[in-house]
Amino acid sequence: MAEEDRAIAAFRDELRAWLEANCPADMRDGRNDEASICWGGKNWNFTSEAQRTWLQRCVSKGYTVPTWPVEYGGAGLNRDQEKVFHQEMRRLNARYPLQSFGIWMLGPALLHFGTHEQKLHYLPPIARGEIRWCQGYSEPGAGSDLANVQSRAEDKGDHWLVNGQKIWTSYADQADWIFALLRTDREAPKHKGISFILLDMTSPGVTTRPIKLISGASPFCETFFDNVEVPREQVVGEVNRGWDVAKYLLTHEREMISAAGGTMGSGRALGAVLADSGSTDTVLRADAMRAEVDGLAVALTLERYKDQAEAGQGAGDASAMLKYMGTELNKRNLELVMAAGGSDALVWEDGRAPNWLRTKANSIEGGTSEVMLSIISKRVLGLPG
Amino acid sequence: MAKLVRTEEEVMLADAARGFLDQAAPVAHLRGLRDAGQTQDRALWSGMAAMGWAGVLVPEEAGGSDMGHAAACALAGEMGKTLVASPFLSTAVIAATALRQVSDARAVQALARIASGEVTYALAIDEGAKFDPEATQMQARAEGNGFRLNGEKRFVVDGANADRLLVLARTDAGLTLFDLPADRDGITREGQAMIDSRDAARITFADVIATGEDVLGQVDDAMTVLAPALRAGQAALAAEMAGLAAGAFGMTVEYLKERKQFGVPIGAFQALQHRAAHLWCECEVTASAILNAGRMLDEDPENAALAVSLAKARATDTAQRAVQEGVQMHGGIGMTDAFDMGFYMKRARVGAEWLGDYGYHANIVAQARGF
Repeated sequence: MAEEDRAIAAFRDELRAWLEANCPADMRDGRNDEASICWGGKNWNFTSEAQRTWLQRCVSKGYTVPTWPVEYGGAGLNRDQEKVFHQEMRRLNARYPLQSFGIWMLGPALLHFGTHEQKLHYLPPIARGEIRWCQGYSEPGAGSDLANVQSRAEDKGDHWLVNGQKIWTSYADQADWIFALLRTDREAPKHKGISFILLDMTSPGVTTRPIKLISGASPFCETFFDNVEVPREQVVGEVNRGWDVAKYLLTHEREMISAAGGTMGSGRALGAVLADSGSTDTVLRADAMRAEVDGLAVALTLERYKDQAEAGQGAGDASAMLKYMGTELNKRNLELVMAAGGSDALVWEDGRAPNWLRTKANSIEGGTSEVMLSIISKRVLGLPG
Repeated sequence: MAKLVRTEEEVMLADAARGFLDQAAPVAHLRGLRDAGQTQDRALWSGMAAMGWAGVLVPEEAGGSDMGHAAACALAGEMGKTLVASPFLSTAVIAATALRQVSDARAVQALARIASGEVTYALAIDEGAKFDPEATQMQARAEGNGFRLNGEKRFVVDGANADRLLVLARTDAGLTLFDLPADRDGITREGQAMIDSRDAARITFADVIATGEDVLGQVDDAMTVLAPALRAGQAALAAEMAGLAAGAFGMTVEYLKERKQFGVPIGAFQALQHRAAHLWCECEVTASAILNAGRMLDEDPENAALAVSLAKARATDTAQRAVQEGVQMHGGIGMTDAFDMGFYMKRARVGAEWLGDYGYHANIVAQARGF
């Protein structure tokens, strides 16, 4: 065995032993649905003692954000170690101890664009699950045409004065902070007058209003800014260059939405779902088998792009492809879950219907499937127009 | 750990292959063979052997380059892009892998003749219209120290031109794989005019005598030798089909940029842009499955069945999608024989059936995944 392989084997042994010893029994059901996720934040109420314990233990090892540098609250794992980490988590069917927009989106953007002070200030509380972030991107007039944001931040010398409205701000009513795209130059072309600004949701002038969705839940909100004063240093990257940060963050958001596809809420493979249902429907079985083939190949593609990124090979507009393929697949999978469940799945209390309905947003949020296809046709294929 | 990224060697190999094949075997080469009533070009195969491709899976002591399955898949992918007609899969991948499972001196000699390009093989399994090795009915009755073979094999790919045949037949207590010269007494080969203009034969065996020496591996235990060979062949065929899809897709995207209607390139129309973009996504996802299959065969062959079947199922699906979209987006010209897209469509259909169709491989994936 090469030294590298020995090191990774030793890491695996150590990690496996730690997980066996530290992951509470109740956290070993692989669940990843809305009722099971730990989002963290000041307003968080743990659903069980096991959830609290699991978070605390993972925080102590940096395992809530395993690939982040240790100084920012991570475990500093390299790509091979990260693979092993996910393999061993899956082997134990362990729930992820903490999920959040801070981990998926803001973290990577700060790691790339933030100053050292910003990283030290904002990243560790994300890693510890102490501060929950929400995303202030879309507006009533800026959906697929995101760069058309009109909410503005006026330069008042020592602070920004923020006014406007955001929509589809997921969990804004429970979040502690928001990262927002705000117009800081109204004369410049639309992509060149936007800044990426961080706001405390408890600032005077911030209000939120939940939007009730078809799933019965209200994960999305409208967020209003009414003369909100924001300290000057809370801009990430350069003023008026926020679109660069926004795009970078979007690639991570798209990969996150796409990666969520493999778990289907219940964290179980389609074969098991079908077996449980006792269905003898050969048409459903064939559809599920096709979805399984496609799902495995999409999961491998996610791995391939990570390996390519590690090898320094540009992955092009991989995130648009993964987002499109992953979310369309996820919708397809949940249709199959519902079909396997028959009338049992039609009762709200059963829990499958909200997950099924939730997936319908996957191909809209973070850029619609059609926007993804347009990105690919222009940037990858070089088609005109 | 295995990386799903091509190594520098694999990239160089693929580049070299592309350079050679663009000269020696563009699609026009296949068209030329067809118009001349031929299915293979022995000179082309000699050239490919001289490049070291015939020995890509042959050990170095037998004169091969032993580059592994991922490399074989990289070569097959380049061949697929221009529909190269050659016995590469039958000989350099399937037969070489089968022979490698046997470690006697004869097998080493046979491998050396494969690597040099001297000898070509074909695999004779199918008896019905669908791939199903376990359903083999052809008899090899024990007689004295040997066997007497009677029966018929269909869809023997590369079978009309091959020098030798690997023949699966039923013996007393199981299936046995025979390695026979194609001109053995009692063997009659009938090349069939196939839609893809490639070699496939119907072969009858009438009282063909085989000795114990003709058995590859153990009597009644064909699968120890054959299963790895089939997996290698399925992975390389999947790679060929992914290459085919990429070739058809590349032509289609170029056409979208060139062809003008309503005063603009048709690629400016969103209806076509989105279909092309979707197809690109399908090709990318399939490429991951191909790379994974090659890596698994090289690094963990015992557990490669799922990866191989995943690759073959995905490649079958993607290739068929690529050629259908290819014809549709080319419009009327796509339907003409003078244009190459039809060759891609017909090869995709043959590749879909050979060594197990979509359903065959999706079933293997599903079983492995708890269905």
